[in-house]
Amino acid sequence: MNPIARFEPVLALTLAAIWISPLIFAFWAAFHSSSDAVNFNLAAPWTLENFRTAWAGAPWLRYFLNSFLLVTTVLIGQFFLCTLAGFAFAQVAFRGRDVLFVLVLLQLFILPEVLIVENYAVAARLGLLDSILGIGAPYMASAFGIFLMRQAFKSVPKELDEMARVEGCTLLGVLWRVYVPAARPTYLAYALVSVSTHWNNFLWPLVVTNNESSRPLTVGLSIFAAPENGVDISVISAATVMVIAPLLILFLVFQRSFVQAFLRAGIK
Amino acid sequence: MRAIAMAETLHHLRRRRAIHGWLLLGPALAMLATFAFYPSVATIWTSLFSRGTRRRPQEFVGLENYQRLLDDPTFWTVVKNNLFYAGVTIPISIFLALVMALWANARIPARSFVRTAYFTPTVLPMIAAANLWLFFYTPGFGVLDQVLGLFGLPSVNWLGQPETALWAVCAVTIWKEAGFFMIFYLAALQTIPPDLKEAAEIEGASRWTYTRRVVLPLLMPTTLFILVNAMINSVKLIDHLFILTKGGPSDASKLILYYIWESAFAFFDAPSAAAMTVLVLGVLGALAAFQFFVIDRRTHYQ
Repeated sequence: MNPIARFEPVLALTLAAIWISPLIFAFWAAFHSSSDAVNFNLAAPWTLENFRTAWAGAPWLRYFLNSFLLVTTVLIGQFFLCTLAGFAFAQVAFRGRDVLFVLVLLQLFILPEVLIVENYAVAARLGLLDSILGIGAPYMASAFGIFLMRQAFKSVPKELDEMARVEGCTLLGVLWRVYVPAARPTYLAYALVSVSTHWNNFLWPLVVTNNESSRPLTVGLSIFAAPENGVDISVISAATVMVIAPLLILFLVFQRSFVQAFLRAGIK
Repeated sequence: MRAIAMAETLHHLRRRRAIHGWLLLGPALAMLATFAFYPSVATIWTSLFSRGTRRRPQEFVGLENYQRLLDDPTFWTVVKNNLFYAGVTIPISIFLALVMALWANARIPARSFVRTAYFTPTVLPMIAAANLWLFFYTPGFGVLDQVLGLFGLPSVNWLGQPETALWAVCAVTIWKEAGFFMIFYLAALQTIPPDLKEAAEIEGASRWTYTRRVVLPLLMPTTLFILVNAMINSVKLIDHLFILTKGGPSDASKLILYYIWESAFAFFDAPSAAAMTVLVLGVLGALAAFQFFVIDRRTHYQ
């Protein structure tokens, strides 16, 4: 074994330690007073005071509810639109389909983030400002989701489809009874990616919301932690831990599914 | 007679299929048209008009907004910053992703912990990541300063001085995306047949030679895929600027999407923001062409 190979595990572990250190420090700071936190006083008492201060400092319950409603709305919209469109692209042969498909794929590169200026104008005209629907709408017909569902539906065995048709199922009946159940793993993967994307999304929600009635967690956190508010580091850490906890716990519990989901989502 | 009847049925069938197809696609196409295609065209349109005020309505000014942009020194700073941002984050995060994947795939102790540690930043919001890193960067009591202090080095205001602010922003981006890219390498590594490694060992090839000559070429399609994603990210990942620097000090860490946001929603200069958006869409379009005509032609996957 050459010397580099012997050091590799050490290097790998060191990098891993560096990689989670920001999280560890935030947890540490969240449970200690700010002076104990910055002095790394390991013997210092643990406290929940920061969470109490943070919780009192902003309408977090509202933000949590908004984020929850947002990811649910987006997911329902995406499932509905992408199932129908993916099915059309995979199993209904008609003229013009391929041109339409290229048009849809183009959207992979027209990022909703880049179009904030005009999308704001569109949302304003449709009366969607300051609404959960307004935050979610630009993401519902996701080219990525359509692509994903098309791939999933393409791999469904033709015999299943034909059997259902012989038994007298309509087109939508076949979709609902045969294709949707067969694509269950893809739905799960898509759901995990979609939920974590929209739980974490920031720029568009910031643009389209002006008050706390529809503001999601990320925007709430950015306002709460803005340096000009002068909140101390332990309280910011507590708020941050609070915001990331649901998704982080979900991730740690369903780690394998998460990694699989992101993989499935990336490798087309 | 029968032939005609059959042709008619076929025609019927085709028409029915076309109707089904369009009905199924309708809702998605309507949404795409509203929130992707129309806004793209409208952006171009807006970029050709002057900023309307209460006294003076908008009027057609041709390319004047673009000219104004090219004359705007901030715009050039921002472009330069964004190129720097791309130039730093793309190669470093791809390299780190590869190293992480090789390690996470090797027989090392605590492998699952190592994998989890690398991947965890992927599930955190960029805003939260920025908050976590504030604790590192804050001058005086931040972690970095305390580490420097151990070696007797002076305190550095990482976010507050133009020389380091953009680097500090880059570090957070690399931290956020390297673990995400790792999983694609990891998946690709696991498809490499183990006999290749055995064959290389029998031939007496060192691990380094095996990695360089066998593994890296096999990972090429994955690298291209990651490259395109990293390029998109170098336009898209700007959320942390809102917490860390707000583009400062004196525009030293301002990136183009942040400047678009600022122009439109802080300076209320929509035409200028639209002109910049058009330029960014152009870059993304070139990227799409690269993906479709270069990468997809080379890697055949269904």
